[in-house]
Amino acid sequence: MTAFVEMIVSTFIVIGSVFLFVGSFGLAKLPDTMRRLHGPTKATTLGIGSLLVASMCYFVFLRQASGIHELLITLFLFLTAPVTANMIAKAHIFRSKAVQRTLPRTDGRVNWATLESPSGSKKNIQA
Amino acid sequence: MIAAACTFAIIAISVSVLLNAYRLIVGPDVTDRILALDTMVINAIGLIVLTGIIFETTMYFEAALLFAMVGFVSTVTFCKFLLRGNVIE
Repeated sequence: MTAFVEMIVSTFIVIGSVFLFVGSFGLAKLPDTMRRLHGPTKATTLGIGSLLVASMCYFVFLRQASGIHELLITLFLFLTAPVTANMIAKAHIFRSKAVQRTLPRTDGRVNWATLESPSGSKKNIQA
Repeated sequence: MIAAACTFAIIAISVSVLLNAYRLIVGPDVTDRILALDTMVINAIGLIVLTGIIFETTMYFEAALLFAMVGFVSTVTFCKFLLRGNVIE
């Protein structure tokens, strides 16, 4: 039983560290900001989730300690990763004129809310 | 077996932090640097969790939780500042 749990914990640790490495490698290697967003937001989140599952198995089955804290961290990271990616993508769109030219026009009176000037005036940067 | 896995994981995550530092220094735009900092915080959480497994203590989970919260809030604050020119309007 103990050897089996140790094998599972080791497997989760190796899988998690490999996914963390893949995410960071994608961040360093990919050519564009929008493509660079994919590595950290997906692979790295999966890797840290796997590491926390390994930690939870280790402390619950081998050390008889409570393992609720790791679930909290996993839940928090899985909830906040998409919000972070969305905010970074919005900031990138706001700063890059080349990306703004590829956006389609909206139908409403107001154009893209992300591109509105911070002073609150109706003037749109794209228009 | 767990010790060998922890050694492998620490080497892999350290190389990941170096790659993040490369993107943090080179990154052509501010958004790349924010993304590199965010990834670096996540790698630091991984290192903290591994430290807890190696030293067999549950003391480090609060530190990891605090790192996750502060990392998320700082990233969102950086992006909000870039978008609106102000943090709290």
